[in-house]
Amino acid sequence: MNTLIAITGLGIFCLLFEILNLRKAIVPITIIGLLGVLALNFYEFGSTASYYNNMITVSKFSTTFSSLFIVLTIFLVALSHNFYENHPTKISDFVALKVFLLAGGVAMVSFGNLAMFFLGIEILSIALYVLAASDRLNLKSNEAGMKYFLMGSFASGIILFGICLIYGAMGTFDVAEIHEISLSAELPIWFPIGMILMIIGMLFKVAAVPFHFWAPDVYEGSPALTTALMSTLAKVVAIATLYKLVYALNLVPSLDNQDLLGTFENIVVIISIASMTVGNIMALRQVNVKRMLAFSGISHAGFMLMTLLTVATSSGVLLYYSTAYALAGIAAFSVILYVCKNQDNEDITNFHGLGKTNPLLAAILTGSLLSMAGIPIFSGFFAKLFLFNQTIQAGYIALVIVAVINSIISVGYYFKLILAMYSKEPNQERTGKPFLIYAVAIVSISLNIILGLFPSLVLDLLN
Amino acid sequence: MNVSLILIILLIGAFATYFVGDKLASKVALFFSLAALGCSIVLLNHFCAGENISLISAWITQPKISFALNADGLGMAMLLLTVALTPIIIFSSFGNEYKNAKGFYALILFMAFAMTGTFLAADGLLYYIFWELALIPIYFIALIWGNGDAEERRKAVVKFFIYTLAGSLFMLIAFIYLYQKAGSFLIEDLYKLNLSATEQLWIFLAFFLAYAIKIPIIPFHTWQANVYQKAPTVGTMLLSGIMLKMGLYSVIRWQLPIAPLAAKEYMNIFIALGIAGVIYGSIVALRQKDLKKLLAYSSLAHVGLIAAGTYTLTIDGLRGAVLQMIAHGFVVVGLFFAAEVIFRRFETREISQLGGIRTQSPKFTSMFLILVLASVALPSTFNFVGEFTVLYSLSQINIWFAVLGGTTIILGAYYMLKMFQNVMLGETNSKTFTDVSINEGISFVAIIAVLIFFGFYPKPITDLITPSLETILNVINKN
Repeated sequence: MNTLIAITGLGIFCLLFEILNLRKAIVPITIIGLLGVLALNFYEFGSTASYYNNMITVSKFSTTFSSLFIVLTIFLVALSHNFYENHPTKISDFVALKVFLLAGGVAMVSFGNLAMFFLGIEILSIALYVLAASDRLNLKSNEAGMKYFLMGSFASGIILFGICLIYGAMGTFDVAEIHEISLSAELPIWFPIGMILMIIGMLFKVAAVPFHFWAPDVYEGSPALTTALMSTLAKVVAIATLYKLVYALNLVPSLDNQDLLGTFENIVVIISIASMTVGNIMALRQVNVKRMLAFSGISHAGFMLMTLLTVATSSGVLLYYSTAYALAGIAAFSVILYVCKNQDNEDITNFHGLGKTNPLLAAILTGSLLSMAGIPIFSGFFAKLFLFNQTIQAGYIALVIVAVINSIISVGYYFKLILAMYSKEPNQERTGKPFLIYAVAIVSISLNIILGLFPSLVLDLLN
Repeated sequence: MNVSLILIILLIGAFATYFVGDKLASKVALFFSLAALGCSIVLLNHFCAGENISLISAWITQPKISFALNADGLGMAMLLLTVALTPIIIFSSFGNEYKNAKGFYALILFMAFAMTGTFLAADGLLYYIFWELALIPIYFIALIWGNGDAEERRKAVVKFFIYTLAGSLFMLIAFIYLYQKAGSFLIEDLYKLNLSATEQLWIFLAFFLAYAIKIPIIPFHTWQANVYQKAPTVGTMLLSGIMLKMGLYSVIRWQLPIAPLAAKEYMNIFIALGIAGVIYGSIVALRQKDLKKLLAYSSLAHVGLIAAGTYTLTIDGLRGAVLQMIAHGFVVVGLFFAAEVIFRRFETREISQLGGIRTQSPKFTSMFLILVLASVALPSTFNFVGEFTVLYSLSQINIWFAVLGGTTIILGAYYMLKMFQNVMLGETNSKTFTDVSINEGISFVAIIAVLIFFGFYPKPITDLITPSLETILNVINKN
């Protein structure tokens, strides 16, 4: 709770900097502020409490995921310094929006009431719409913002409709009460229908097939830093929230009571397989790196959805997977931001010969791609391992085989980028070594490797 | 003192090599690889004195994965193969200039580190991690420092990577499945499992996919010749000398004891696949115009025979296979080095453009001849011991297997000697061929010494490996 208040306060401070004309100091001060928030969040770790008539509940789940979100936001804010160099007057708006977005994310994993959940999702989404369109003189960015806004509003509407149906079935918005009532033998059919609508809305935010159509265009059109934010922070927030919804509203036991569990699981399996396969196959054909990572994100969403099959036990696995994925994503995007600065597109040709001109950044990008592809010692491998372990334990060996085949396909496009860096001749000179970009890239890939060497650090947090 | 020391030396060596810079990289790499060799010999003494040099420590609690390294005779033999070949391979590259040498030599040491780990790991997942780690350095070595057209090279290397990764991911599923049954990845727990025949078949096949691609066994060999040709010679040596032994070793260590029923039931099929590789490899080798490709296909033929030997499930078959693995490791490194020595002088590997080297370079000719004869298993060379034992074990299963497998010697002699004739003999080549330098000579002599010494006196190695092979055979035959 304190975390949420502190984050919101920090966001308002960021806006004040604009007035006080302290724009140059905004990035360091925000980072320090976020580090303070992180400390505050650690302090809350392990306690369970609820505030304001159960509007917000703090649990291990919410604090660990909030920490992850805060860390990711720190990285993203650090990258802003270099990215918004050319728009010095706007930087405090953009940083403030990121901080507000974080507040939305934290609210989404710590809701105790569906109203709070909806508030969280809207705070997050509205900040994202604005950020997507933030390069306002660029037609593509405008298109991305508009597209995302239209599709996102639809999804929000569907979620809201689902919440209404649940209220109609249960007579309450309170998650704890719904949790209890959901086990009673006779439930109106509105409850599962409402849940399905909410899940559909969340699948849209996660960008799972068949609700993924917005993602490639929006990722490509948005400014690169916003794309980084969408594919790491926003995706992780959405998937964690989806998991929490299914878990906290007791959906699985309730469906089990009504003999609907099999259908639910089949649907999850189908969506998961479809997301993995469509995402990977489409990614193979892309030449734009942002678009490729959008499709790769869709396929990773498919992997993460597998945790919904073992919802009672897999929170640790989900945390580990999303941490590994997001850290690799941040490392990859910090290199992309460096390489594609002042370029009009993010095509693979920009990366030609990076292994010769800038071996360090090329190695970092290689590492993060290897992590996403699931090659050992990077944490991406262990994420997949734990996920597969969990899923085989639940008896879905065929799903795991499909997932493995997809991992092999994904190597195809990740290595396309690696090949471009190491086996092509460089076609341009890059100068300057922006400190913050290097720092973010190095820190995030190191964290990724450390989590690979000591997976228990994160995995055991939720057990 | 335990075997993790070797891993630490090699890993530190890899980093040290990278950080000393391009000028010193090759020497530092050589120093660390020799240090690893020295340490291994000390460890071998400790091991022979009956000391326990294995290591188990907890790593990840949930799921339970431990950092377990087990040094038995088989593991020690493979360890020695790796650490003995690594300095030879590094030293053999001293005649070449590499761009960004620090990266190159660091990758070689890192690969040696990963391969050593694969041979020693006694925990399924740890083993898998090392197995995959070994893939990354060779990918970059072949991609960045390889030769030939960049576009073709890229295709060959990516194909290799995707093939091997695809195979090993199915092995990962098999391991996870086994973990569900056993509750642990430790090899002794996996050995104790009582799996049904169907389970064993699926697990056997999942492992087979990984190993058949790595070894390679027909029909999973299509990546091999191109990668051998396109990779720099050092990479080819690492691949053919050590890395493909990872597949053969894993068959003995993991596949057979974990799924013995399937191994027995379908024994004939897998032996036949191995022997098909022998014949196919030999016939294709006959028609090769490129020296490195010819050696690649001859290697395919030889490992086919080794694989057939492992699948016989007899002590002779396993022992012969391990002996032949070591012998083949040395001889193939020697042969590829000879090809490199020729390339350094003539800038070509086309057999038709070579010839007449003998008159200009008697020393090189005699060394190359010894290697050629060793590779066709002439008695008194190490390869004879290995190949003969394997053929003997095949004859115990079915005499026709031995007859067909024996074609490796006949066809091998034919294509190797024909190659030798075309490359070394004949009219004097108009280009000058300077005789081998001292550095090159040292590498050749080291390899030949090993081949001949163990050809006459293989007992130390058989004594080392037999007890552990018998243990594995007991596990295979327990039910």
